[in-house]
Amino acid sequence: MNFKQSQTAAYFFLAPAMSAIFVFFFLPVIAAFIMSFTDFDIYALGDLGSVRFVWFNNYIKLFDDPLFFTALKNTFYFVIVAAPLSIGVSLGAALLLNSKLVKFKAIFRLSYFIPVVTTLVAVAIVWRFIYHPKFGIINYILSLIGIAPVDWLGDTTTAMPAIILMSVWKSFGYNMIIFIAGLQNIPEDLYEAASIEGASGWQKFKSITIPMLAPTTIFISLITMIGYFQFFAEPYIMTQGGPLNSTLSVVQYMYQEGFRWWNMGYSASIAFVFFFIIMIGTLIQLKIQKSTE
Amino acid sequence: MKLSFRKFIFLFLPISLGLFSCSKDNESETIIKFWAMGAEAEYVTKLVPEFERLNPGIKVKVQQVPWTAAQEKLVTAFASDNTPDACQLGNTWVPQFSALNAIIPLDEFIKASDRINKEKYFAGIWETNVLDNHTYGIPWYMDTRVMFYRKDVFEKVGYKDPPKTWAELLDLSKKIKAMHPKEEKYAIYLPTNEWAPFVMFGMEAGSTLLKDENTRGDFSSKEFKEAFRFSIDFHRHNLAPIGISQVTNVYQAFADEYFSIYISGPWNIPEFKKWMKGNLSDKWMTAPMPGYSNNYPGVSLAGGSSLVIFKNSNHKKEVWKFFEFLSQAKTQIEFYQMLNNLPSVKEAWENPIFRDDPYMQAFYSQFTNVRATPKIPEWEQIAFAKVQQYAELAARNSMNIDEALKNLDKDVDRILEKRRWIVEQKKIK
Repeated sequence: MNFKQSQTAAYFFLAPAMSAIFVFFFLPVIAAFIMSFTDFDIYALGDLGSVRFVWFNNYIKLFDDPLFFTALKNTFYFVIVAAPLSIGVSLGAALLLNSKLVKFKAIFRLSYFIPVVTTLVAVAIVWRFIYHPKFGIINYILSLIGIAPVDWLGDTTTAMPAIILMSVWKSFGYNMIIFIAGLQNIPEDLYEAASIEGASGWQKFKSITIPMLAPTTIFISLITMIGYFQFFAEPYIMTQGGPLNSTLSVVQYMYQEGFRWWNMGYSASIAFVFFFIIMIGTLIQLKIQKSTE
Repeated sequence: MKLSFRKFIFLFLPISLGLFSCSKDNESETIIKFWAMGAEAEYVTKLVPEFERLNPGIKVKVQQVPWTAAQEKLVTAFASDNTPDACQLGNTWVPQFSALNAIIPLDEFIKASDRINKEKYFAGIWETNVLDNHTYGIPWYMDTRVMFYRKDVFEKVGYKDPPKTWAELLDLSKKIKAMHPKEEKYAIYLPTNEWAPFVMFGMEAGSTLLKDENTRGDFSSKEFKEAFRFSIDFHRHNLAPIGISQVTNVYQAFADEYFSIYISGPWNIPEFKKWMKGNLSDKWMTAPMPGYSNNYPGVSLAGGSSLVIFKNSNHKKEVWKFFEFLSQAKTQIEFYQMLNNLPSVKEAWENPIFRDDPYMQAFYSQFTNVRATPKIPEWEQIAFAKVQQYAELAARNSMNIDEALKNLDKDVDRILEKRRWIVEQKKIK
């Protein structure tokens, strides 16, 4: 079989998967892109004749929409604070669990991982009680040391930190497992050699653990960032975006516009703007990581 | 090989079963597909056998749709040509589905019917189904909002009867708050994530909410401004709690006297009965809304669910028979006993179940003064997204009243841009 033949064969084998991806991914994306230039809405669902081609109006409107910028600001706040925090906590937990001094590793690993497998809805409802201004356990503990009760989810300044805390708690177990796998891949002899040379614990961490974990860290930080950019369920269940839209996320805003009020055209334009923002974020991150290597 | 064959069978079993069950249908039998929401679906199923007995040859298949996803499901069903024959629709949704061209006017059926006509219903409730002089839905059950209040607290501050005017309501609230100057206790609960009271006060003050054939916001008008200031002042003067997260359980808070007035609907009666137990059981009552000045009761919302027929249905006549069955006073009382949904036909209200129920009196008199919110598809977005947003901003004093209402009008005009265009197009034609 010559090269050309084998190539056709390859395309033949790829065809089913590719056509599925084309029909269920690329076609809808193209349709949404076209839709973002129209004012497709509930009237249009009833009578297609009422669709107007509005060119860049949706995008112009978007850049003049204070609510979109509020949502964008909140999303960035969430990503910039929660992502490093989550990665730091999972790395810390992974280092502790990987230490030879720790006993009952399996139990710890399990209990740190349980929040990841619990449904977010259940978790969010439980945390709503934890944050309750009157009956919540956090305020109870604070009252023991004489701090006045805080309305965590009802105050514009504390609502976002409260949600960040919950999300980090909910998701650090997943990254922790990946970090543990990364740590176990570091050959033991490196540490032994360093010990013989008289390196301190910190030096070993800085010069062996961190560089050896770099590929894992890149992977984790990318996945975490993209995942956190799309945060939706936490505010949707706990605060509905309130108080005063201080926890409204971009995805939530998109959902509201599209599926609650049927402004599909406008909603599609939010999706594309947001897609470019995430892409730029990813590229910047890759660039930084490449330059540090 | 054996395993894959078994898999094969499993795959086709449901499909073939489906085919069989379809072909089993008797030719002379008509099947009506009826979608109902939440608990209604569960209980309407119990009414169906009686209907099927009275109308041999018609079968009703009820499908349950959860309330929270109802709108999405119905619109999706419409977009994919999979609508049922008929369904239950919250009456504020009627304008949306008529804009979608999904439901049909029922005027012909009503004209020919001796069981369903306008006179048998409360005018305000019937009105919610009328668009451009066509009636698109038949009220099935109805609701409106009244005051739920603590009788004992009212008596303590010298109010034997509930307030009849806004001035009395304000005076009463101040007196209740004065009883607990230091404590975290309030007179009234007006959460900013419930738009209804804000809009009701506005309508009571004489505002039409929107103007120019419902194509522009009219919230900066003198009338609405006065009403908005009245309701926001409860928050600003510490007569109502501002945040909504302090109250995770409204009923518990009501029992604890955290607040003594709550504006809500009939769906909450069973809940309040459940929570106000023991010596609290006779400490609460319902009362119609106070009026702006002398008219009593003041305006409240015309809520409830309507029955509608979808355009694509092939069994409209049979569906109508089912609607007539559901609109009998007897059936509606039976339905009320199962689910506490208030009957829409006036005749049912003559039954002792309602006449002798003290909590029902307020609702009965309130229904004489209920009004529909603007009947346009965008209303829900205006109410849920915008009215609530600016009510919250004003209640938290982040914006003054004038500014909040000016911005509200601006946002509403933006939402209604498409509608303005459509109305203009129609005029050109």
